[in-house]
Amino acid sequence: MSGLRQRYGARRVRPLNTGRVRLIEAQGVSVLRRGRQLLHAVDIHVDRGEVVTLIGPNGAGKTTLVRVLLGLLSPDTGHVRRGSSVRVGYVPQHLHLNSTMPITVKRMMSLTSKSPQSAVEAALDETGSRKLLAACMSDLSGGELRRVLLARALLRDPDLLLLDEPVSGVDYIGEAEMYALIAEIVARHGCGVLMVSHDLHIVMAATDRVVCLNHHICCTGVPQEVVGHDEFQRLFGTRAGVVTALYQHSHDHVHDFGGMAETPETVSSDSGESASVAHENAYGRMPHETRSRDAG
Amino acid sequence: MLDDFFVRALLVAAGVGCVAGPLGCFLLWRRMAYFGDTMAHSALLGIALGMILGTSPVLGVFAIAFLTALALLFLQRVVHLASDTLLGILSHSALALGVVILAISGSSYGHDLLSYLFGDVLAVSRGDVFMVWIGGLFCLVVLTYIWHPLVALTVHEDLARAEGSPVERSQIIYMLLIAGAVAAGMKVVGVLLVVALLIIPAAAAQSLSRTPEQMAVLAAVIGMISSGGGLFGSLVLDVPSGPSIVVMALLLFLVSLVIQPLRRALDFA
Repeated sequence: MSGLRQRYGARRVRPLNTGRVRLIEAQGVSVLRRGRQLLHAVDIHVDRGEVVTLIGPNGAGKTTLVRVLLGLLSPDTGHVRRGSSVRVGYVPQHLHLNSTMPITVKRMMSLTSKSPQSAVEAALDETGSRKLLAACMSDLSGGELRRVLLARALLRDPDLLLLDEPVSGVDYIGEAEMYALIAEIVARHGCGVLMVSHDLHIVMAATDRVVCLNHHICCTGVPQEVVGHDEFQRLFGTRAGVVTALYQHSHDHVHDFGGMAETPETVSSDSGESASVAHENAYGRMPHETRSRDAG
Repeated sequence: MLDDFFVRALLVAAGVGCVAGPLGCFLLWRRMAYFGDTMAHSALLGIALGMILGTSPVLGVFAIAFLTALALLFLQRVVHLASDTLLGILSHSALALGVVILAISGSSYGHDLLSYLFGDVLAVSRGDVFMVWIGGLFCLVVLTYIWHPLVALTVHEDLARAEGSPVERSQIIYMLLIAGAVAAGMKVVGVLLVVALLIIPAAAAQSLSRTPEQMAVLAAVIGMISSGGGLFGSLVLDVPSGPSIVVMALLLFLVSLVIQPLRRALDFA
């Protein structure tokens, strides 16, 4: 609570590069369910100020790993260490809000803890969704929902953001904007981000480190290394080639993106444009929305 | 005032309606209507066991309804059957078992059974009035206390848990409250209709509300109006009181269906 007031009241300033501060670390995590090995000897960590993307096909155990990291599921072997003062902001993949539950964005923001109105508005502002304050959750589009959920997570003044599929239900221009927004948040708050994606393309460009999961860790490293990795190629087949091309194609742009020095406006408009161009090159004119629905 | 049987009935029905409305909201949101139904049907078994053990039937109903809820939660994790199959098995076997045990215990089968199945609110005693109001107030206080965690876990269980909301505790307390509402509601509308008292006012409130809290308050108001209106209707038309309370709730629900489009139309005009 005091941290919250500090952040939205007096603007706590955090150093951007504080060396390597480990926020969360899992070692040798295995999860068995009904005789099936969902996770096998998984090691993963997130440091302050970095964006780690967990990537893998559907059913690879990504959400299971997130639940282990959140402490919702205890692993059968291995352990998770989280810094004692590390606050986690979680954005789940799905919100099974049916229309029978009337709830406004404003009410949603105080779901588990009450915050002053000014803090709520500041958090919504940060994700560009302040205008939605009075809207009903069931009326939001996929992208609006993601932004509101992200604002909720920010309201907790998190050190670590766990984003499960942050672009699910978002169209492809919105997708680039979402990644730009996440980069912006990392720059401003100095938090660490672990995001989950089953999708390849531009997510790779918005990432410091990629962890490729298929029940075990297939490979991990900076995006360039990972796309060249054998196991990655096997997992994602022909699409891996597309990503390689895409990654190299938008390489110049990636630097701007990762630089995080620009003002938010430049970052988002610039990246939005380049990313959609790159996207079209890579996928032809396949609309992203259709693909994410197929996959989900 | 409490000497008049109709005033007593009115007080009990209104009290139950006021508590059942907000409690019922969660049955709606969590798609647990059939779950509530199963708890209610198990009430007959509670009555029968209460009679055999010589305790009050209300206590028996409360205990059995709660145990049924726990059994359901347990079986859902252990047995690999669809939950509606499990609910169907538990619900109907508890009902049948209740009737069989009632018959064995030698209670006068016909009238007693009918009053349990459809309620007999006109026969409530002074003691019932006090019990419903004190119990009802207690329920509302407890519900207020667990309200926020309950709403949070209804929106997203993992999210609530990750943010430190007491998920399991709230769920169990909620089931105790539903068991209490079933025990009290049985007096008013009977075992077969008690879920209507939980579901219909909440459903009527839904389209008229924007937040969970609005819906709860509105459901309480609609529940009380249903009870009052239904009782007066039963007096005027000389029909059974329990079912007419449910019919009144249904009428209010139908009205709520009309209000929403009407409001939209006025907004556009």
